[in-house]
Amino acid sequence: MSVVTVPRSVLGTKGWTALMAAVITVLVLAPVLNLLVPAGSAFHLSDYAVALIGKIMCYAICALAMDLIWGYTGILSLGHGLFFALGGYGMGMYLMRQIGRDGSYKSDLPDFMVFLDWKEVPWHWTFSESFIAQMILVVLVPGLLAFIFGFFAFRSRIKGVYFSIITQAMTFAAMLLFFRNETGFGGNNGFTDFKRILDIPIAQPSTRMVLFVLTGMTLIGFYLMARWLVNTKFGRVLQAIRDAENRVMFCGYNPLAYKLAIWTLSAVMCAIAGALYVPQVGIINPSEMSAASGIEIAIWAAVGGRATLIGPIIGAFFVNGAKSWFTQAFPEFWLYFLGLLFILVTLFLPDGIVGGVKRLFNKKAEVKA
Amino acid sequence: MTPDLMEEGSAILNKAKGLPVSGSESGGREASYGRVVTDPDQLDVAHGSILYLDDISVSFDGFKALNKLCLNIAVGEMRCIIGPNGAGKTTMMDVITGKTRPDAGSAYFGSTIDLLAKRENEIAQIGIGRKFQKPTVFEHLTVFENLELSLKADRRARASVFFKLSGEQLDRIGAMLQLIHLKDQAQRTAGLLSHGQKQWLEIGMLLMQDPKLLLLDEPVAGMTDEETERTAELFLSLEGAHSLVVVEHDMKFIGELTTQGVNAARKKVTVLHEGSVLAEGTLADVQANDKVVEVYLGR
Repeated sequence: MSVVTVPRSVLGTKGWTALMAAVITVLVLAPVLNLLVPAGSAFHLSDYAVALIGKIMCYAICALAMDLIWGYTGILSLGHGLFFALGGYGMGMYLMRQIGRDGSYKSDLPDFMVFLDWKEVPWHWTFSESFIAQMILVVLVPGLLAFIFGFFAFRSRIKGVYFSIITQAMTFAAMLLFFRNETGFGGNNGFTDFKRILDIPIAQPSTRMVLFVLTGMTLIGFYLMARWLVNTKFGRVLQAIRDAENRVMFCGYNPLAYKLAIWTLSAVMCAIAGALYVPQVGIINPSEMSAASGIEIAIWAAVGGRATLIGPIIGAFFVNGAKSWFTQAFPEFWLYFLGLLFILVTLFLPDGIVGGVKRLFNKKAEVKA
Repeated sequence: MTPDLMEEGSAILNKAKGLPVSGSESGGREASYGRVVTDPDQLDVAHGSILYLDDISVSFDGFKALNKLCLNIAVGEMRCIIGPNGAGKTTMMDVITGKTRPDAGSAYFGSTIDLLAKRENEIAQIGIGRKFQKPTVFEHLTVFENLELSLKADRRARASVFFKLSGEQLDRIGAMLQLIHLKDQAQRTAGLLSHGQKQWLEIGMLLMQDPKLLLLDEPVAGMTDEETERTAELFLSLEGAHSLVVVEHDMKFIGELTTQGVNAARKKVTVLHEGSVLAEGTLADVQANDKVVEVYLGR
């Protein structure tokens, strides 16, 4: 008998071509244009642009993580700013220890600890001198927090807006905690004035380029992983949970395990983005945990188009690109523009930029037919 | 309050009342019969009954949705349940499938499995399938994918990541598409189907799970006459191999179900009213019952 078969590859031919183009851009084009093409040339990629794009790529990873949990599973988290910041703080602690005796107080301890009159590093800084240990913590701490929080929230079947509100509350509580000097994370100033990473000066162009390439490859890698994941049966169960969680349960699935897995993965992705962000931007402070930063991640995903994976990445680039241009050209109007953008997208592009483009193509195809 | 807290609360309450805490099964019986049910989830239908509800009561804020409801469904039986709005039909299904915890009473699947000790997904896995009143399918997945997810397979998250359809499973999905008349729509998004087609898809999803007991809440609502007739045929073909509980308002449909098939004209119909059984018997019997006539016609 004839049976329907479903072709399921991670990407189509066009997709792989686009992916290769992205890989070449990040791996070859950007380094060559930035480091080898002389500064006067029209093709030169400025250090400013490298820093900006590198930063936006970190944001894009967050948007991608948000798409997995919100776009595919239907769980809106406003706490992803926290996981991003925790990853950032994890990296920041290591970078603070790398300053060594080059700080203002010429002490072995980070400046803010000298300022607080501490004699030795507190217990949670135990591993901060080891890069590898600290990178493990970057994944472990946010991952564990997400797992524990998610376990209790999902087990109690907290859903929808209630879940969003408690993620926001959790982030707010963490922000207050990190604002305190006694917590040992530099209070409201956070960490800054980094000098070195792996004993290499952090500000020199080649270091910045390595971080840039690393971020780009992480973004591409995460994108491929997410693409693969949503095309597995696991990914389809996530979408089923989004569409009709009751039906999923009465089909015999326990949604807890599925939600918990994707929630934790999403949090870890954000944490890694945070760890890549801090050495490129050079500062981390509790404002990364503010309510606004969590909401912004959701805006990038919504503007680009939920449940498309590529959409949130485009959204992160579009919104942040617009932000950096607007805050230079019309600094006072950026927030008005952001609000307007969100209203327009909600009204006219409910499926975001990607959804709008798809609709346009479908219409053209219909006209041709 | 969250369901978990409610669950916990009811367990504590049961303990306080001196009732047996659900989950602790007596183990003495099997030995004397020389037949040991090793797997506690193994369905034991030696006593001829697949579902047994006893004195189930549920109240919501003082309103008694179910009031000492008793119901016994035999293996392979097709049981139709009718009753006016608010009679407790949907609440009864909620109790059986683990969605609502009753205040009192007991519910057994076979003679060993205590349904009140299990969660929704566990109940689905041991073989009770449920169709909702409002057709509930995964709107953004295709018809094919809807069936694929319902297919009997390892339900754990890790297994799902590495799941691959076998040829045999593909054949099963193909056969099901044929059976529910959605073969041409296999690659269509389920949200785009008509109301009747969604009902069929949901029935198909139930059957993919290969349940022993099917609970069907108004399965022909919104269907055309032709679709309704085909549904009746389908249900009649399932009778015997599966047990079915059909809640319906459409008396013509009930007439078709009860007057055809293996046990034609001897099938029982249960009338629910205000949360308990008002009458039980053949369709002709209950239609002639004075109490039923009173409830339905308000005399």
